Formats: sequence, structure tokens, C-alpha cells
Amino acid sequence: MTSKRNSTAFTDAQCVSLAQKILRERLCHQRLPEQPLGLESQYRHLLELLRRTAVHGESNSVLIVGPRGAGKTMLLGCVLRELMNLKEVQKNVLQVELNGLLQTDDKIALKEITRQLHLENVVGDKVFGSFAENLAFLLEALKSGDKSRSRPVLFILDEFDLFAHHKNQTLLYNLLDVSQSAQAPVAVVGLTCRLDVLELLEKRVKSRFSHRQIHLLNPLSFTQYVEAVGSQLSLPQDFQHPKFRDEWNRSVTKLCEDKSVEEILRRQFNSSKDFRSLYTLLFLAVIRVSPSHSTLRESDLLEASRLISADSKANILHGLSVLELCLIIAMKHLNDTYDGEPFNFQMVHNEFTKFIQRKSHTIHKFEKPVVMKAFEHLVELEMVRAVDSAASKVQREYQLMRLMLEHGQVMEALQKYPQCPTDVKQWALSAFA
Amino acid sequence: MSRYITRQRMRRIYRWNGEPVGEDRKLKRLYHESMTISVDGRTENATVSLGQYILIEGDYDDNPFVAQLLKLYYDDSGKKKTALVQWFVRMCEIPQNKRKLLGRDSHPQEIFYYRDRSCDNEVDAETILSAVQIEYVPPEAPFPEGKSKDILFVKLLWDTKAFRALSSEILQPPLSPKSPPSSSRGPPARVLPTPDLTVMKRAMSVPLTRGSMSTGKISLEAESLHSASKLSAAKALSAKRRSRATSGPHVRKKLDLCSLSKNMTRDDVLEEILDEPKGTGKTLTSKLNTSPTGRISISIRLTPLNEPISPAAQENDGESKLQPLGEPPLGTDRTPRKREATPRKASLRGQTTRTPSRRKDSTALKEPTLAALAEEDHEDSPVLTAATPRSKRKSAQVVSSRIRKQLNLLGNKGDLQSDGEDDDDDCFVPAKIDLQSSSDEEAEANIDSEDELVVKRRRGSWTPRSTEKTRTSARTPRKTPSKKTAPATPRTPRTPRHATPSIPSRSAPARKPGNVLEEARARLHVSSVPESLPCREQEFQDIYNFVESKVIDGTGGCMYISGVPGTGKTATVHEVIRSLHQASEQDEIPQFRFIEINGMKMTDPHQAYVQILQKLTDQKATPDHAAALLEKRFSAPAPKKETTVLLVDELDLLWTRKQNVMYNLFDWPTRRNARLVVLTIANTMDLPERIMINRVASRLGLTRMSFQPYTFKQLQQIITSRLNRLKAFEEDALQLVSRKVAALSGDARRCLDICRRATEICEHSAGLQKGSGLVGMSHVMETLDEMFSSSYVTAIRCASLQEQLFLRAVIAEFRRLGLEEATFQQVFVQHQALCRVEGLQPASVSEGLAVCQRLGSCRLLLLEGSRLDLLLRIRLNVSQDDVLYALKAD
Repeated sequence: MTSKRNSTAFTDAQCVSLAQKILRERLCHQRLPEQPLGLESQYRHLLELLRRTAVHGESNSVLIVGPRGAGKTMLLGCVLRELMNLKEVQKNVLQVELNGLLQTDDKIALKEITRQLHLENVVGDKVFGSFAENLAFLLEALKSGDKSRSRPVLFILDEFDLFAHHKNQTLLYNLLDVSQSAQAPVAVVGLTCRLDVLELLEKRVKSRFSHRQIHLLNPLSFTQYVEAVGSQLSLPQDFQHPKFRDEWNRSVTKLCEDKSVEEILRRQFNSSKDFRSLYTLLFLAVIRVSPSHSTLRESDLLEASRLISADSKANILHGLSVLELCLIIAMKHLNDTYDGEPFNFQMVHNEFTKFIQRKSHTIHKFEKPVVMKAFEHLVELEMVRAVDSAASKVQREYQLMRLMLEHGQVMEALQKYPQCPTDVKQWALSAFA
Repeated sequence: MSRYITRQRMRRIYRWNGEPVGEDRKLKRLYHESMTISVDGRTENATVSLGQYILIEGDYDDNPFVAQLLKLYYDDSGKKKTALVQWFVRMCEIPQNKRKLLGRDSHPQEIFYYRDRSCDNEVDAETILSAVQIEYVPPEAPFPEGKSKDILFVKLLWDTKAFRALSSEILQPPLSPKSPPSSSRGPPARVLPTPDLTVMKRAMSVPLTRGSMSTGKISLEAESLHSASKLSAAKALSAKRRSRATSGPHVRKKLDLCSLSKNMTRDDVLEEILDEPKGTGKTLTSKLNTSPTGRISISIRLTPLNEPISPAAQENDGESKLQPLGEPPLGTDRTPRKREATPRKASLRGQTTRTPSRRKDSTALKEPTLAALAEEDHEDSPVLTAATPRSKRKSAQVVSSRIRKQLNLLGNKGDLQSDGEDDDDDCFVPAKIDLQSSSDEEAEANIDSEDELVVKRRRGSWTPRSTEKTRTSARTPRKTPSKKTAPATPRTPRTPRHATPSIPSRSAPARKPGNVLEEARARLHVSSVPESLPCREQEFQDIYNFVESKVIDGTGGCMYISGVPGTGKTATVHEVIRSLHQASEQDEIPQFRFIEINGMKMTDPHQAYVQILQKLTDQKATPDHAAALLEKRFSAPAPKKETTVLLVDELDLLWTRKQNVMYNLFDWPTRRNARLVVLTIANTMDLPERIMINRVASRLGLTRMSFQPYTFKQLQQIITSRLNRLKAFEEDALQLVSRKVAALSGDARRCLDICRRATEICEHSAGLQKGSGLVGMSHVMETLDEMFSSSYVTAIRCASLQEQLFLRAVIAEFRRLGLEEATFQQVFVQHQALCRVEGLQPASVSEGLAVCQRLGSCRLLLLEGSRLDLLLRIRLNVSQDDVLYALKAD
């Protein structure tokens, strides 16, 4: 009997960790979905375009534009996956992947291209020759190809906009020029989140670009969003323990219908439609599941949401001493009084002493050096920032500073501050309290 | 070999025969008909004249280069004698890997007519060794047997890529076809014969020979008819050319004279006579008396082979008869009329008229082969030796006896020498190498001038040569870098320059377009090169005229071409070059070489030197060194130099602080010997004024041309011409596209891209429902929308609620401030207020910043660095109206 209970308990824990493992993997690894959601027409367009390059040897260039997390890479990944499944394409296409964040100038980019194409001046992973030689070499290679004979090359430029900042845009010019002339067939696919990317291109580069842009602007509705949450959280059919799986899936369905959960999701949706932030939220919720409560509960989501939307500065404020808090309140009052004009330590100190003299019963009358020390701590935390950091000639007490906190942040921090003296709270509410 | 070397050690002296026959003031050239080569210690001199086949010093002495002499002139500016030649190559000069293209073993005496535009056909006249005999063999005919080994056979044409059949026409000697007796020796006694007389004689001699050779009178008559018609056509052509060509005056004169005479064939005679006044007397005599020297009659009769062939040939073309297989020496007689047709360019056909002497006859002195030359002459000039038959023993046997006769004339020595050389395939002994090695002064001069830049032909070592050639690929085989240069540019081990880089070829062939739309798409792709460029006729003509005149004059110049992108600048220039190449192929203009560099395709302006040098000579060098070499090349006079046409695309990128790259590019063409035409292309019209300092702008000159953006009509025409009656577009659709593009930029590339995309959309929609299959208005509209509509509005509509609110807040704050800029703090206050109005939970500062950054990354907002935190300044990247419009429509 006991053994039986033990075994079930054990499997429970096992099931939970198994389920977590599956879900974590799903949320973090960002596997390619079976079919890109809501992007059918773009998918078709891109697939058709790349297929023509691969099969007919037609050179093309295209930009995939969309905000971060809109699924640009995912779309391209899906297209390439399907493309590579075609038999006549499989062995026929060369791929070159560049990333604007890695290949920060044309020299590096060229080396990378040469390396990925396995051209003759590559031995092992090393590319020989100077920058100029490499360029000439690569251009020669591309030029020697022709439409029907050479293998098509797919150039994938991630963070395309960063390539536009390279000197003279040499790389882009040459790639796009190849795509517009009868040389080796190439397809240049750029990924970027900048809507104005074309304006970055020099006019002769721009003229050579085909102006095909695929916009990914997820026009998701909230219902789709919730559905996505449901499907992301559900356990797959082939989960080892059907019973646990059914139970889990049922709880997920229920969860999605829950009012407060909907509110959390709505809030998340309002702030960003991007799936990546949703996954972060769900991930935080999923890891809270434990054998003691083996299903995903509304409170888990709530907590995750709180974590995500927490204001970073408010968190810092919670760790400040009362003196430092008083200084911040003094600065807030100064801001109110002088309408956001910068202040210096002396002004803050005056304000603080006024408060002490008038009201304070609980707060010590700190020496000026002590107050100064607290002030410097705030500067270090960047709660306060010097207006002109270079002006070190001015005595520290008189250096002009600005408060980097929003009015609301201060008030919220005070509300939550543990054992905050009442007179301080009152002072915060009113300068004359 | 050693024999030759010793021989060549001797100093050779070159003298013009008689007065110059023409003059080009512009180029300061004096044209001559013939030249005498005398060698120290010899009493007899050799003479070479126009149209003759000659041997030119090669890198190895037993295989001198073979060529036909087209022009001889004295370059007053360069103070030297220069010759224009049409090259022939031997099998051994053809890259090893190409040799099997021939598909058979080459005859040891076989040479190939060499057609390569890029080969410099100007040589120092003082590298000429002697004359040689060349005989045309129709492609299908066997090589004649038993001929002298000195005679070379031409059957095919080598154009650096393939062997092609050589029509006899090409081979005809250009100018002085007729005079059969090649060698009149002795100093040219120039007698002005009455034209009538000569004509008569000629006429007589010609028929005689023919009759004897082949069928008889009938065929002869037919020939003459034929030739007559040809002549007239040819004349027209030649007249045209002459008008352009430098050597105008005397040529024209000839023409006039010719017209006087009734018989066309005689014209030739006349011309010759006029051209070569000195020799005339002699030639005449030689013709009249079938003196040993007068080969015409002799040779013809001798060869048995000729007879069967020649009649047929005659029937076909007047020309073909000229080169019957068998007749080695004589070709000259027959060829004459053709030559006339092609004045000086005719180098090509010169071969058939194996009598190099034609021209020379008149000059008389040189003709080596013809036996007129004395033995001594032979020794002096390798040419003579070449003439002696030896290599071809097998084939030569039959004819040998006749040849012997000729040889006898030449003398024993010639025979001996020739015998010695039998081992080598080539019968000719090239003087060149010897000269170089022997430190002959002239040779040295040559070497110096050629130095790095001009590549010399190397004859002897085949293997090395072939490798070099492969590297140079399409380059002319002759252009193998000279020995001197080779060491100068040591191959950097790291650059795999011999490896021809390439993209691996595909395993499955590319698919061909399957339907109308796909076909249309293929044709509309920017990369597909149209046969002609519509709507740029005027520009084409201007550039063409500019380059052509420079090429013909052998001068240099600059031209600046501007225009916005996609207006066909580069394409037009390429088109011009293509037609010029064609023209030069047809021999209407001299050969030239085209080099292209692109400012965008180099990493640094100074790389321009490296690229130019590499394309010119296939050398590699550092930018500084390359600049020095180019400087030298363009300022030093060099033989065999052809005009270089340099296209500099994206000129503005060659700008440097000191502007020395641009300065040099524009300065070289002004050099006297540069023969450089520079075409520059950039986008802005006022580039010279804007970025160039005065001395650069001044050198660029005022030859400017600007390409206007295409108008909608032109765009429409471009598309239509590309589609070429392929029915894929509705008329209205085309018009819409072209109007739209014309209104925006006039960029033809854009126009083509739109059309291409429209076909895709059409294809797709046709898949969904049955349409007309034509690209219609709706498809074009959709495309235009896709390409030109700003995506900002859509992006804003698709943004999340918070992002939209933030944009609203930005606008509200702008309005409040009356400025177009606000800090994040200010906007955030508005944002929170708006949140409350909308009944949303106010976002925290962190969330607000995140929203702000997201908008910034799409560039809906312009932001400062995020380190500024609350003080970050925000501006809109879209107009406020757009934002409001997008948000309102929600």
C-alpha cells in the first residue's frame, strides 16, 4: 500500500518535471512551428521567390521587415525548411548567413562569406588574402558564374540595417549588383526591424534593390493570442502519462477561461503582441509548478506577471535607507517647486533640514557629511545624475543634479516601503505637511 | 639555332624605301610602303612591304612570330619605325589545354590566323626579321604535299577560344595584293610608270597565270566578273574607312586613279603601282619576263594540287581561288583584287596573298622568299631562311623541285640554313630572341619600351606559356607577361591568383521558364541583357562617336557621364563597347582593349591602380607600385600598343583627399603615347565642380553627358521591347507602371522590378481563379501598393495598445510643448494619463521605456541612446497626421 502510494507520488513528481521539461523546451528553444501562424501569404511569397532562385536560377533580393519578435527568422526558417525538402533544391543551393551584429564591417563579412562558400582561398577555417584581394576574389567568383550553370547562393543578412552602416555600403552594393546582373544567381534576403531601412541605402544601392519587402506586422487578435497560450501550454498527445496529461490540459483550458488570467494576458497583450515576451511570462509561470501543486494555477501566472511588469527602480528604492528615502523625497519636492530644474546637494540638504526642524520626531538630525554620503550613494545608484558629468571643477555640494525618478515611482515605493515612518510618508504627500 | 643567334647578333639596319606615301599630321606619322633591312657585313638587303607576311622577333629564335604587315609608318613623336600587323599563331603558341580543340594533329607548318581584339598589333618595325610565305589551304582540303618547308599553311582561325574555319576572304592581303614578284631587289629605283602601262601588264600577267593554273579562260572571266562586283562593294567600304582612317590622302588618291581604269582587277594593279612607286619598274619587268623571281607564274603551274581545287574555288568566290592548296609561292597573283578592297586593315587576308611582297615588290628590296634576294640577304634576315622549305618534308616533296628553283635564286646558303633547322616544326627562324640575348641595341630598345607592360610573345617554351595563358584566360596568348615583369611581381603565396575562383556548379540544371508569365519574368529581369537599348540612341551615338574617333586616331580623352541610378549609363557604355568590338572585328576600326573598374567594387580608391594593372597585364602589385607601372606604361611609347578604353564606374568613390587617383586617371589620357580613353560614370551632374580640385576638373575636360531619367513613354518602350511581342501585360497596366515610375524616379530597374512582381501576383491570382492570364491593372496596383505604400500606417495599426497609446502621448506632449521633441519623462506623464482615460492599468516606467524602445527599433520614433533613461529625447519619425490617421481608423 505504502509502496504503491510512493510509486504514484514518485510518478507525480516525475510527471511534473517531465511536463516542465517539455514546456521549458518549447518556450525557450523557439522551435520552428509546423506552419507559420497568420503569415500564409508572406510565406508563400517568400517561398516562391526563393524557389525560383533555386530552381530557375533567377536572382532576387527581398527584405523581411517587422518589429522584433514578429517572426521574421521563424518565417525564413520555415521557408528554408520547405525549400530544402524539394529534391532538386537540396544539393543545389549554397547558403551564406551573415548577421549585422557579428559581421560589423565588410572585411569580416567578406571573410565570412568566403569561408561559408568554401572558395579556394580558404584553408580550414582561415581565409587568406587582404581585404581588397578578398573582395576582388569573391566578385570574380560570382562573376564567373552564370544563370544556368552555377549553384544559386542564398545570402541571408540578419540585422540588415547594420550592413547599411558599413563604409560605402560596399558589400550591399556588390551583392545587390550581382543580383541585378547576369552573374551567378543569388538571392539576397535581408531581415530587419527598421521600417525605414530603405532610406538607409545609398541611392545607387537602393536602385539595385528590387524593392520587394515582406512586412510582418502581426495583426493578432486577442482571442488568437489566448489560443496560442493554450496551445503552448498544453502537453502533447504522446506524453507518457495520459492521465497526468489530461488533467494538465484540462487545467490549462480552464485557466485560459479564467477572468483574472485573461486580465493578465490582456495586459501583456496590450503591452506587446510579441510572442517572445509572452513566452517569458509563461516560462516564469511554468517553473513555479511543483509536485505539491501539480497543475498550473492562476496565482502562478499572477506572480509571473508581477515579476515581469515590476518596475526596476521601484525595486531599488525598497532597499534604500530611510535617510536616503528622505533625500529622494526632498528632491521630489524641489522638482515640484522648481518645475524640474536641476538642483544641487546644498538645496537638497536645506530641504531636508527644514523637514527635520519642522516635523521630524522619528528621524535623527544627521550631520551634513552623513547626508552627503547618503547622497553620493544615490548618485552611484543613478537615482540622481549630474547634469553635466564633466564639470568636476564645481564643488560636489554645488554640482547640479537631476532626479531620475518619476513622481509616481517615489510614491509607490513609499507605499510599499517596509515600516516607513508615518511623518516621512506625510511629508512625501505634501511639502508642507 | 645557334646559327641564327650568331646571325642575329649582327646589327640590322632599317631604312625606308623612298618617300613616305602618306602622312597623318595629327599623329605625326609618316606612312611608308616598304622598308629595307640590311645587315652588317652583307651586301644584300631584304625588303618588306605592305601586305607581305613577315617574321617578327620572338622570344625564341627558332619560332619567330608570324604576321602580316599592314602598315608601316614612322612615328615622329616617338622617333621610331612602327608596323601594324595582323598576327598568326603557331600551334605551339596556343595554350596547351586548348590544342586539342583542333581535333587533329596540326601540320608542322600549320599556322593559324589569330583573331584577338586584345592583342596589340603594333610592333616596332625594327623587330621585323624578314618576309615569309604563307599559303591558304581551304578547311576541307588536305595539306599540300611536298612543299617547301619554309612555306606556312593557314587553314583555320584561332580566336583564343576555338578554331574556326578561315574563309579565304579574311586572308586576303589588304593593300598590295597584286604584285606577284615579291622580291625586287636592290635599292628601290623608283620610276613612275604610266598607270596604263602597268595596268596592262598586270592584266596580262594575271590572266595568264590563272589560265595556266586551272580551268581556263572561262573560269577566269567568271572570276573577274565576280571580283569586279566585289571590288566595287569593297571600294565603297574602303572609301568609307579611309575617310576616317588616318592614312587618308594617298589612299584616296589611289581610289581615284582606280576609278579611271575600267577593269576592276586592274585597279589593284594601279593601286599597287601608285603605292609603291619604287618597285614598279621592277615588278613589271619581273612579271613580264617570267624571271625566276617572278614567282607568280612559276608557282602556279608547279602545284598540281591547285588545279582541281582552284576552279571550284574560283566559282565560289573570287577569293577562294587565291589560295589553292598547292600553290605555295604564288598566291599573290590571284589575290590582288581583294586586297584592293581592303586598304590597309586587310591584314587578315594578307596571308592568302602569300606574297608578302606585293607592296614590297614595288619596294622590291625585301622580298626574301621570292628568290630575288641574295644569299647574303638570307643570312641577314631570318625571313629568307624562313622562306626556304624544309620542315615540311613529306608534303614538300612534290613541289620541292620547284621550290628548289626558287631556292637556287636565293642561294646555297639559304638552303643550308634551312636544312639545319629541319628539326623544328617551324620553318621560320625568329630573330627576336637572339636579339634580346645578343644585346642588340634595337632589341634592347624594344625591351625597354615594352618592359613591364607590354607582354611579349614567347615562343619557345610551350608549357610555361600555356600555363600562363590559362591564367590570363581570355587574354591574348601573346600577352604573356614579359620575362622582366614576371620576377618583378612575385606571386604572393597567399593569394591564390591562379585559381580561377568560381561558385560550384549546380548538380541539376536550372529549369527553363515554363509559361508565358515565367518567360516574361525572365525577360524582365534586370540582368537579362537586351539586344539593344531603346531610348538611349542619342547617348549611344555620342559615346560611340567619341570612343570611336579616339580609337581610330589613336589618341586619348576623357568623358564624364552622369545620371541618376537606373538610367542606363553603364549599360549604354557596355553597349557601345560591344558594338565597337564588333566593328573592330570587322576591321573597321583598330583593335582596342576595354577595361572596367568600379569604385564600389574596391575597398580603397588606390586599389583602382591595382585593378587596372591587373586587367591590363595580369600583374599583381601594391597600389603604389601599380601606380608607378601604369605611369610608365602610359607615358612610354611602346610598340604593339593598342588603345585602351577604361570605364570608371562610380567615380565619386575614387575621391581621396589629395585626389591623386582621379588626377592620374584624367592625366594619363593626355599623354602623347598613352592611347587611353577614359569614360567615367557617376550619379551627380556637378561632381567635377563639387568635389574635384581645379587641376583634376580641368583634366577631366568638358566632354560631359548627362542621362536624363526616363520618361514614361521611354519606360513603356523599354518594357515593350524587352517583352518583344510576348503578350503578358495589358496596355493600361504597362502605362500605369511606367507613369508611376517616371513620376517617382525614372529608374528603369524599378520599372522592371515592378513588372516582375506584377507577373507573380498575376500568376498567383490566376491560380486561385480563372483570369485572362494577362497582367492587368489590379495586379499592377497591388504591386505598386506593396512597393511604394509606406508601411508606417500599417505598422501603427498593428502595434499593441500600449504602443499606440504611447504614440498618442507623444503627439499630445508635442502639442502641449509646441515643439517636435520631448523627453521620455514628459511623454510618460501623458502616457499614464491616457492609460487612465482608457481605463487601463497605468504602465510602470520600465514598461513604458520598453514600449518606447520597441517603437524606436521600428523607427516609428527616433530616440537617443537609452542610457539617458528618463531624459531620453523623443521625436516622431512619421508625420503626426499619419499617426492620427492610423489611430483614428481603428
